[in-house]
Amino acid sequence: MLRMKTLKLILIRLGQVALVLLGATFFVSILVRQLPGDIAYMINPTATAAERASLRHELGLDRNYFVSYWMWLSPILRGDFGFFIFGGKVLPVIKSAVPPTLQLIFYTQIVALAVAIPLGITSAYKQGTRFDRFISTTLFSLHSIPNFGIGLILSVLVGVKLGIVPPSGYGRISDGLLQHFKFMLLPVMTLAIAPISSYTRLLRSEMIATMREDFVTLAKSKGLSNVRILFRHVLRPSSITLMTSAALSMGGLIGGALVIEIIFVIPGMGTQLAKAIGAREFIALQSYVVIVATFYLLFNTIVDILITFVDPRTRNRHA
Amino acid sequence: MTALIKLTDFSVSFSTPRGDLHAVRGVDLSINKGESVGIVGESGSGKTVLSRATMGLMPSTATCTGSVEFNGVDLSRLSRKDLRNYWGTGMAMVFQDPMTSLNPVRRIGSQITEGLIVRLGMSKEQARGRAIELLDRVRISDPFATMKKYPGELSGGMRQRIVIAIAIACTPELLFADEPTTALDVTVQAQVLELLAELRQEFNMTMLLVTHDLGVVAGQTDRVVVMYAGQIVEAATTKELFKNMKMPYTEALLKSIPRLDQQAGQRLKVITGRLPDPTKPEPGCAFAPRCLYATDKCRSEQPPLVTTQTGHQYRCFFPLGGAN
Ligand SMILES: Nc1ncnc2c1ncn2[C@@H]1O[C@H](COP(=O)(O)OP(=O)(O)OP(=O)(O)O)[C@@H](O)[C@H]1O
Ligand code: SF4
Ligand SMILES: [Mg+2]
Repeated sequence: MLRMKTLKLILIRLGQVALVLLGATFFVSILVRQLPGDIAYMINPTATAAERASLRHELGLDRNYFVSYWMWLSPILRGDFGFFIFGGKVLPVIKSAVPPTLQLIFYTQIVALAVAIPLGITSAYKQGTRFDRFISTTLFSLHSIPNFGIGLILSVLVGVKLGIVPPSGYGRISDGLLQHFKFMLLPVMTLAIAPISSYTRLLRSEMIATMREDFVTLAKSKGLSNVRILFRHVLRPSSITLMTSAALSMGGLIGGALVIEIIFVIPGMGTQLAKAIGAREFIALQSYVVIVATFYLLFNTIVDILITFVDPRTRNRHA
Repeated sequence: MTALIKLTDFSVSFSTPRGDLHAVRGVDLSINKGESVGIVGESGSGKTVLSRATMGLMPSTATCTGSVEFNGVDLSRLSRKDLRNYWGTGMAMVFQDPMTSLNPVRRIGSQITEGLIVRLGMSKEQARGRAIELLDRVRISDPFATMKKYPGELSGGMRQRIVIAIAIACTPELLFADEPTTALDVTVQAQVLELLAELRQEFNMTMLLVTHDLGVVAGQTDRVVVMYAGQIVEAATTKELFKNMKMPYTEALLKSIPRLDQQAGQRLKVITGRLPDPTKPEPGCAFAPRCLYATDKCRSEQPPLVTTQTGHQYRCFFPLGGAN
């Protein structure tokens, strides 16, 4: 019974993802067509009028929106992400650029949660004390520095001056795990500061609010220890809110990762996007956007489904 | 008879942005083993604060003064940790609102077994067996299935039965029942009250039944304490109280007993006016602004709590039926 219901729920969510993707890519394809000037000219300024006309025909730009959208979409559905105008297939580039970006995002999320959860619990438990105030001021100050600023400072201080880890660059896992993590350390720290700050504050305030709930007083009245109450009764409902927020921040994290990649010279999707924009590789650009949007939606959907499992309150809502 | 619990000049105040809020003021109350005492008063009169503060379940914004003795031990002198040893086993509480008093993200089973494991040192298996017995005892029809459920899957009446099961799990000597039926449907109300009365007999518990409904008190208690604005304004055996009511406030409360044809939770407001602001104590009788019999004396002077020869207590200059 429950299985069927959850399966149905997952299918519905995936269907929604497909619909949103369809809408988003259609929007992107219209956007590209709406760019001022002749795309064919931008792609190849030295082409003759005839060459440009044939390029436009190839891209479907001389047809109506839907046809040209379909001409662009159908190869992608078959896994064909097109060619660079200046030669070469787009797919291999995507294949090599996606892992660094995903790693960056996942490590950041893990580090942020690993730091924020103990900090949040302790701050909530010690609310109003010196410790609590110290943590919140520190995090607030760090949070107010923009990402790229922190990145540059860390890169110069830790990377160049101290020389503990490389200031920039990227190492594949297959080329040595230690080296891989050394390269990742600074960008992940940079990216993690904002979520650490917001997760800590969220968990702290959420736990403080939960501590005032009747069910916590009832748990107390059973004669349980403070620690037990904190972990068994306060943390779980509060962490659901944290997870939701972590999930919602995935999108922002993608954006942050794309920028940080450029600073730390990591050959991920951000770097490729920047390159494609600079080189006017519109076909590749569209494919990249599809990839980024797909990951964005998938993250949100997966977390949504996970939360349904963790939080019995949402389960009932769907029942 | 020995007093199981004895409050002496017990007061509770909260520090709020608007100044000190005096929720309970100078309460003297002694309850004997095996007694069932009702605390009656309208919403905001300090019943919940009194019962929770007696247990020691107050937030850090509250200040309690006076003494609470349980079995001769002054609880206010105990450390937090020592006090905890009385909770669950010595005293337990059924909360007012079953919708908020169970943890929404933990299964019913674990919420019942928790106290048994931590406080009574039972094994998981023992605790599970006992929890199922308890669920059966509070008349949950399918205890096995209910163990695995979350509070959100149960009705208010079932949740309150579970809260009761949790409260009696470690067989406390003293059970506080804080308006255990206010949030429930009328038909369920009667069932829950009946269940509480049975359990009291069976487990030989002393009970403090908090309610705003004199009608509930009539059938369930040996003695009644009427509270108004944080003070005891009348106290007597239940029989005496209904026969020989002294306080104008109690009389007004009696007239506001809800009838069967009313919806659950719907509160009557037969008594015109409102409770005084608990942050600004008035010089005279707290009930004076709403009292039908108030005089200038009532407005300027605090009436003392008078005890008659029969032990009937009241706080009024002009008691109904005269001072006898
Ligand atoms: N945590 C708190 N902080 C500040 N004031 C409080 C707190 N808890 C209760 N009060 C105040 O204490 C007074 C007594 O409240 P209490 O909850 O004891 O009333 P009650 O008699 O139980 O009413 P009800 O029938 O609505 O449950 C009220 O004025 C209330 O606002
Ligand atoms: S003292 Fe006066 S105001 Fe107070 S209850 Fe008695 S008659 Fe009413
Ligand atoms: Mg109350």
